[in-house]
Amino acid sequence: MFDIISFIPRAVVQGIPLLLGSTGETLTEKSGNLNLGIPGIMYVGAISGVIGSFFYEQAHGADLNSLVAILIPISCCLLGSLLMGLLYCFLTVTLRANQNVTGLALTTFGVGFGNFFGGSLIKLSGSELPSIILTQTSNCFRRSLPIAEKLGWFGKLFLSYGFLTYVAVIIALAAAYVLRHTRTGLHLRAVGENPNTADAAGINVIRYKYAATCIGSMIAGLGGLYYVMDYASGVWANNAFGDRGWLAIALVIFTVWRPNVGVLASFLFGGLYIVHMYIPSGMNLAVKELYKMAPYVVTIIVLVLSSMRNKRENQPPASLGLAYFREER
Amino acid sequence: MNKAQRSPLFHISKRGSLPWYAVWGIRGGSLLVALVFCGVITSLVTGENPLQVYAAIFEGSFGTTRKFWVLLQNISMLLCVSLAVTPAFRMRCWNLGGEGQALAGALAAAACMICLRNSLPNWAVILLMIVTSILAGAIWAGIPAFFKAKWNTNETLFTLMMNYVATQLVAYYCVVWESPKGSGQIGIINPNTHIGWFPQIGPYKYLLNILIVAAVCIAMYVYLSYSKHGYEIAVVGESERTARYVGIKVNRVIIRTMLLSGALCGLAGLLLVGSTNHTLTPNIVEGRGFTAVMVSWLAKFNPIWMILTSFLLVFLGRGAGEIATNFSLNQSFGDILTGIILFFIIGSEFFINYEIHFRGSGKKEG
Repeated sequence: MFDIISFIPRAVVQGIPLLLGSTGETLTEKSGNLNLGIPGIMYVGAISGVIGSFFYEQAHGADLNSLVAILIPISCCLLGSLLMGLLYCFLTVTLRANQNVTGLALTTFGVGFGNFFGGSLIKLSGSELPSIILTQTSNCFRRSLPIAEKLGWFGKLFLSYGFLTYVAVIIALAAAYVLRHTRTGLHLRAVGENPNTADAAGINVIRYKYAATCIGSMIAGLGGLYYVMDYASGVWANNAFGDRGWLAIALVIFTVWRPNVGVLASFLFGGLYIVHMYIPSGMNLAVKELYKMAPYVVTIIVLVLSSMRNKRENQPPASLGLAYFREER
Repeated sequence: MNKAQRSPLFHISKRGSLPWYAVWGIRGGSLLVALVFCGVITSLVTGENPLQVYAAIFEGSFGTTRKFWVLLQNISMLLCVSLAVTPAFRMRCWNLGGEGQALAGALAAAACMICLRNSLPNWAVILLMIVTSILAGAIWAGIPAFFKAKWNTNETLFTLMMNYVATQLVAYYCVVWESPKGSGQIGIINPNTHIGWFPQIGPYKYLLNILIVAAVCIAMYVYLSYSKHGYEIAVVGESERTARYVGIKVNRVIIRTMLLSGALCGLAGLLLVGSTNHTLTPNIVEGRGFTAVMVSWLAKFNPIWMILTSFLLVFLGRGAGEIATNFSLNQSFGDILTGIILFFIIGSEFFINYEIHFRGSGKKEG
């Protein structure tokens, strides 16, 4: 039977890394930067957090202070992904390099960085553990409200998650609010649509691009951290994160650049990602692979439909992917 | 408030054009700096003397005859995908779907090998493989191209998504055609009958691929530089409006170029299945569709220079792999080094296209 009560929480947990990734990418794209480095940035965010909490667990063993155990990986993760965002900005905004090429190079680097340190951290730090398992830190991340279990299905559906889940939803809603209802958001959108006009109106294009891309990278990096600490229970396995980074980019298109839509859409994508485990396919394992195609096919359909309807507010930012040089008209 | 007129510390302007030796001097210089930087990082991580690290990189590609052939084979496959995506890039149409298009070609080739092995003679199977896989690649690129031409759908994102559709499709068929049953893998196709295996030239397993790709490379150079199509592609890339004004049918050029792009990717997939691996896996293309973007861009979309840039990337990748094996590091170390070198080269393009004027040096701005 299709067990909806157990399906939805799992879909949500699958969806949150995508939500964080796509919120970050939406902010970035709104500034006109098509950051294809997001998959790499999410890896770097994840591994930075893992490195931080690995050394903390090594140093303190059993008696972890849960607040510190949460703060260390989060700040390491933010720092790591911030550096990646800065690198991307420096190359594309300051040096005006091609965004696609830079983004892909960033992904190569980031995925390699994650897998390298994930695979060699133990050897490099000279410890004797068999693999990176950060159960204690993960427990701090996954701790949910104690009343969740008493409330039956309601608790399971809404209250059974770690705190980062709610943070992700809040970030997405806040990003949507900032984009649509504040002056900063208006300026940011102007930069993404037409940097020449924005510049003429006195908006500091470079600063907006830097800020949006760096903040976006940090949010996306948190998605990687969430995956390791919450979904994977603190166990790092190379390439386990898979193609979720690209799925996050797909989600940006699917939500037509609206983070608030992303909240539900990410749960939908998370559901599509795991639905093959819930649909009884009997002995036919092959069909499961076809189900995994669903998120991408749905994204393509949305992309095509939104370009066919050609409604102004559903289009990608007009200057997406183009470098800005004031003296070039 | 400071009312005194102060010019900024420096300002940037676009360069006219540099002589070719200066351009390649800057690129070579950045590569050198990148290599030194990588050497330093590697020695920090491994604690080895940097010279030994460079020796290991060199060893990775030229250590033995076999390694040298593998190097050539990898270069030719990467070059094939890079050549494929180049016409689209010249048109400023970002085809990031090389991966998926090559996979579609590989899938078609494998399908012919598996489904027709008992009903058709070898030569007919090979002929059908060539036709279907090139067609499959072209279709995979043609779908985004059609929507791009008709409704201006964003081709970067569309082709990107098509990669994963292709990956899952291949994963599906990998389970359908699995052998032995339950392994979830196809294994070597027709290991005994060799139906659908491309002929081998003498004792050299990879020579056929290398020759084919070399021919494609020259043909692509001629096509882009000396044919009418190549000229139309260049005009559409520079300005669609100009192209329309001089009577070029932009939509037709877009679709035609993308079909060509996909067809060549399909060829890469065909060579991978028919001539090299004789099997099909979802990651048979090994990310070449993405690496190709960088190869093509680094060579400024010039097919001849692409030989050099694809050599560079493959050489570094294999060298880094050798380091990883020698010093028992994780294989992903190669990706880190490749990434760092790419950052340097990407950054160096700035100094080719722009020049920096510092305050107080040279002429004053009005």
